[in-house]
Amino acid sequence: ASPLSAKPSAYRVDEKVTSKQDATTYNNFYEFGTGKADPAQNSAAFKPLPWTITVGGLVNKPQTIDMETILKDFPMEERIYRMRCVEAWSMVIPWIGFPLSALLDRVEPLGSAKYVAFETVVRPKEMPGQSGFFQPLDWPYVEGLRLDEARHPLTLLATGLYGETLPNQNGAPIRLVTPWKYGFKGIKSIVKITLTEKEPPSTWNRLAPQEYGFYANVNPAVDHPRWSQATERRIGEASGLFGGARMNTLPFNGYADQVAGLYAGMDLRKFY
Amino acid sequence: MATFAVPPRYRAASVWALYALGLLPGFYAFYLGIYGGLGADPVREFEHRLGFWALRFLCLGLAVTPLRDLFGTNLIAYRRALGLIAFYYVLAHFAVYLTLDRGLILSSILGDILKRPYIMLGMAGLLMLIPLALTSNRWSIRKLGSRWNTLHKLAYPILLAAVLHYVLSIKSITLEPVIYLAIVTALVGYRVVRPRIMDWKRGRRLLAR
Repeated sequence: ASPLSAKPSAYRVDEKVTSKQDATTYNNFYEFGTGKADPAQNSAAFKPLPWTITVGGLVNKPQTIDMETILKDFPMEERIYRMRCVEAWSMVIPWIGFPLSALLDRVEPLGSAKYVAFETVVRPKEMPGQSGFFQPLDWPYVEGLRLDEARHPLTLLATGLYGETLPNQNGAPIRLVTPWKYGFKGIKSIVKITLTEKEPPSTWNRLAPQEYGFYANVNPAVDHPRWSQATERRIGEASGLFGGARMNTLPFNGYADQVAGLYAGMDLRKFY
Repeated sequence: MATFAVPPRYRAASVWALYALGLLPGFYAFYLGIYGGLGADPVREFEHRLGFWALRFLCLGLAVTPLRDLFGTNLIAYRRALGLIAFYYVLAHFAVYLTLDRGLILSSILGDILKRPYIMLGMAGLLMLIPLALTSNRWSIRKLGSRWNTLHKLAYPILLAAVLHYVLSIKSITLEPVIYLAIVTALVGYRVVRPRIMDWKRGRRLLAR
């Protein structure tokens, strides 16, 4: 990771930021292994540069953009967001990035576009989780958003954190951040973005549809079938083993006033 | 078949050594937890390590009989210690769940136990272990006679509950849970075929006479 400058933005939660050490060594990125420490340990061989993203599908101006152009053309801002994992732990992370809507504006979605599909890179030689006998997921990792969710001002394409470019284990060189949704929606190391008419597949939903929905909005009232989502443990709050009390999980991870309107009239128990 | 056994005069000392060695990983994990050596989520890591050690010692305890039957290795003198070490790890795992993990918030704990199959399995395993731990002494063996053997067959449902508790708690199947499932299947499966194996061995012994 190298230094990355960004202007501060108004999007910042007033909570203690998780230590960089914790945010960069406690990760879910199954392409590098299923253990929390695996991504930091197994991602040294991954080459995030050079990199291009292909944006296409139902758009007027399909294009392939390289990272240099992205960093030059889109003004980077720092945003401090809560991050809530579906496994009931959470962090507060200072991301650097730009709104996904800015990228969408550039490719001009057609009127028929209703969804945005994302795809992670597949490089078994650099990503040990993608090779071998036992592979936990089908590759590539895919995710999706409804177009209005993708255009929401909170939705960020992140290129850095803690004042630096993204480390490999956090999804270098570019990833999605949707702070009102569970962390697995934040697809990492994106190579392809496609505008579609139909709801695109998402990796965890495909693996266990009863457990992980397409929407995956943080919701303390709808439990994961196997564990409660009512509370969470904030990483780094405990000193050693003690003092890390669980805190209540907030609807839409505390962003309800900004995003609840996207789901007006929807039964969130059904569309979890 | 060659028979392996620890000489009687070292037996008591070796059993105590097993207790010390067996409980060491738990104390070491606690030490790491206190001094920040368990990563970003130390409570979860500590809880999981205790659970894994419980599962490992349950497996070891149930491996004693097949080892004797098939390889002539007699570790029966250590079986009680293996079972009790597993029980202590289960108790510690449960205590960490109640206190450090759920913070003794009873509504959340009761909700967990009543709604979640993997927690129910864990609880069932713990409850079944209690009578076994309480009767793991010579007085109970004498008092209960053949009923003691019947009671201690509970070890098999306990092991099944333990491994399912683990497998159902994870997000996706990887190599590790498959290995544990395979070991447990072999141990429980052996029980099913054991009568036939013993018959066959008895038959061979008769023929050899």
